[in-house]
Amino acid sequence: MTLASLTENWKAFSYGFLDASAKREMRRKMIKAVAVPGCQMPYASREVPIARGWGTGGLQVTLTLLNKASVVKVIDQGADDSVNAASIRRFLTRVSGAEATWDTLDATLIQSRHRVPEEKLRSDQILILQVPNPEPLRPVEPNMSVARQMHADADYGRLWLTLYEQIVRSGRIMQGAAYPSMVNRRHVMAPSPIPRWDVPKLNMAEHLTILSAGREKRIYAVPPHTSVEPLVFDDVPYKVEDHGHLTCIRSGLKGFFMNEIPQEDGTAAHEVSDSHLGIKAIDRTSGEQVEFGETWYKDGEMQQ
Amino acid sequence: MPTPSNSSTRNCNQMPPILTVEGLTKTFQMHHLGQSLMAFEDLSFTVSPGEFLLLSGPNGVGKSTLLRTLYRSYLPVAGQIRYDSREGVIDLAQAADIDIAHLRRTEIGFVTQFLTARPRVPAEDIVAEPLRLAGHSRDDALKEACHWLKTFGVKQDLWRAYPTTFSGGEQQKVNLARALILPQRLLLLDEPTASLDVGAREALVTRLADLKSQGVAMIGVFHHAADVAHLIDRDIRLKPKELSDVA
Amino acid sequence: MTALAKQPPQLVRTRPLMTLNGISKTYDDVTALDDVSAQVYPGEVLGIVGESGSGKSTFLRLMNLQETPDSGSYHLDLPDLPDNLFTLDRFERRMLCARQIGIVYQNPHEGLLMTHSSSGNVAERLLIAGERRFHVLREKAQSALEASEFPIPRMDAPPIELSGGMQQRVQLAKAIALEPAVLLLDEPTTGLDVSVQALVLDTLKRLQQERRITMVLVSHDLGVIRTMADRVMVMRRGQVVEDGLVDQVFQDPQHAYTQQLVHAKL
Repeated sequence: MTLASLTENWKAFSYGFLDASAKREMRRKMIKAVAVPGCQMPYASREVPIARGWGTGGLQVTLTLLNKASVVKVIDQGADDSVNAASIRRFLTRVSGAEATWDTLDATLIQSRHRVPEEKLRSDQILILQVPNPEPLRPVEPNMSVARQMHADADYGRLWLTLYEQIVRSGRIMQGAAYPSMVNRRHVMAPSPIPRWDVPKLNMAEHLTILSAGREKRIYAVPPHTSVEPLVFDDVPYKVEDHGHLTCIRSGLKGFFMNEIPQEDGTAAHEVSDSHLGIKAIDRTSGEQVEFGETWYKDGEMQQ
Repeated sequence: MPTPSNSSTRNCNQMPPILTVEGLTKTFQMHHLGQSLMAFEDLSFTVSPGEFLLLSGPNGVGKSTLLRTLYRSYLPVAGQIRYDSREGVIDLAQAADIDIAHLRRTEIGFVTQFLTARPRVPAEDIVAEPLRLAGHSRDDALKEACHWLKTFGVKQDLWRAYPTTFSGGEQQKVNLARALILPQRLLLLDEPTASLDVGAREALVTRLADLKSQGVAMIGVFHHAADVAHLIDRDIRLKPKELSDVA
Repeated sequence: MTALAKQPPQLVRTRPLMTLNGISKTYDDVTALDDVSAQVYPGEVLGIVGESGSGKSTFLRLMNLQETPDSGSYHLDLPDLPDNLFTLDRFERRMLCARQIGIVYQNPHEGLLMTHSSSGNVAERLLIAGERRFHVLREKAQSALEASEFPIPRMDAPPIELSGGMQQRVQLAKAIALEPAVLLLDEPTTGLDVSVQALVLDTLKRLQQERRITMVLVSHDLGVIRTMADRVMVMRRGQVVEDGLVDQVFQDPQHAYTQQLVHAKL
């Protein structure tokens, strides 16, 4: 028996880039996060070859979950073809040998910035959301030690107060992205800056969502079949963005979250934010055989 | 000096006293001077329901001090003030503050010529306050307050005004209306008629006679005792450092 | 000769609403409170007077369960509470304070979110207690502000844009929004103009009479205590030097320190 037969050959970096102990920490913290839904777990947050604030949190989770059988989809504001999404996707496949895809239906791991895909995710899929500000209490409590006590006490009155202030000042709730939401009726989380449109998709979902903030070194999760309820007043119902009636100028899709494109004449046109859903619609129009998954929204209305 | 007595006096004297003062002594300890000042010593007397007791004596003899000691604004240093309250006999000299506060709200009144007005509180509310504290409704209390303001000769257009801006005479009338609105069982009167105009003085004397006939015991200091001569049952003459009870 | 000792209550059968017994509190080497006891009966106003450093504000903070003493107990005569409130944990204290103990601080910054709306500051109390209906928050905030004689057209202005007197009214509205059993007032009118001070005191007095709110009022201002309180406790160097009915303590002070205090004022 030789030493060489007991060890692996030298490599420039570990499989999946992160070293084994980093991955072990990530796994442990992910399990903790799943065990206490919505509760932020601190983690070390290693250096990865992109800058802090550009998705390092999500990247570390994805790198930990990757294996050779994985199929990864990376989106940035719904688009697979943005520079950041493309760079991260290429990096992920290079360090793991995993397959890449643009199609939500084919993916096993979906790393996303600011959006949840429109097609329903399944129990064999994991959604990884990149989070800039994991602390929903930060706007109301600058002292993070106090904020942690407030989480421990479920002391969330100040968040409702923020909503109260918005209604008083603007006549309606102005909070757009990162709408504070109660997870499993216990912890309030900032669901990363996904639009209000996407928050209901996390509620009692089939899939696991892991939210990770690399700069802030916090990880939290929404396990499958876990309630996610946006904070609302009993007499002021939660409203998603008013996109249900809009039509995409490129794909003709209607009833999904749209990007607004300002026009020369001062009006606005819209295109579907989930870009690959749009691509599939265009392909279908041009006669190709494409498979559409079931969508969370039908005719612009959330189905639950 | 026996006072003109009437039938009510005799009836009342047969009743057990509402107030029994025994060996009451008051000194003021003045720490900054390192000495104490004797106000009165070993004072004893009784008052029965419906009885009107006049405190007399030269200025500075301690008449007001005695009234204030009975009211417990001053703390006695010796003696007893046994008061027969509705809820049992209690020694006012040693009673707990909370008991004294309770009796002041319900049974023992103190009438002076000075009003402690509060800013921005209308005269009628000041007068109605004792009734409201005793649990009467706001409407009833205000109605009663207006009645007494009228009786004491306060002009109607002042009822809703703030007494802080009133003349001394008008303030005094508001104060009397307030002090006498709620029938007490024991009234301590500290020169309530001083500088009062004739009309108000008559109204006051009438109210006092009325209360007396309802069985209210009264102990009073009057600069002009003639004002209330027909009400007086007995007279206690205070002398410097001793007492002669001539009743 | 000293005044006769007072006996325990005989006529008043009601139990005290607040009972604090043998409270001592030391910060490092400084004794803030040394074996202080107090009882407050339902519906009465207890004044606490004393110079800076006498321990009066520490005593009030303890009543607000913001701190825990080195020794001593605190009982509130309300259902389902332990004999000693200092045994409650942070969460239980918060819930109890939100519902039963209102407080008005001298400095509005301590009690208010200065850039939130005034009505929102009042609503926060209701939110802590679990109210989740917007229109109810609105109505209750408005009625509490009305009771504090705050001008309703300005109810959504942030306190930072309001005068000192108005800020105190917002604090007061917040304190009484849930109709607490006890209202604690820590120098509520100190720093206000005399005329504004009179108006705020007047509002307090009116509220006290209309709602029979039990109050504990801390002030170094004898005039404020005399206007507001039924009974007064004179504190010095962490101890109670004298207590009694307010007219008695002011007209016939027993302790050398109280005499000095009263004579210096009058």
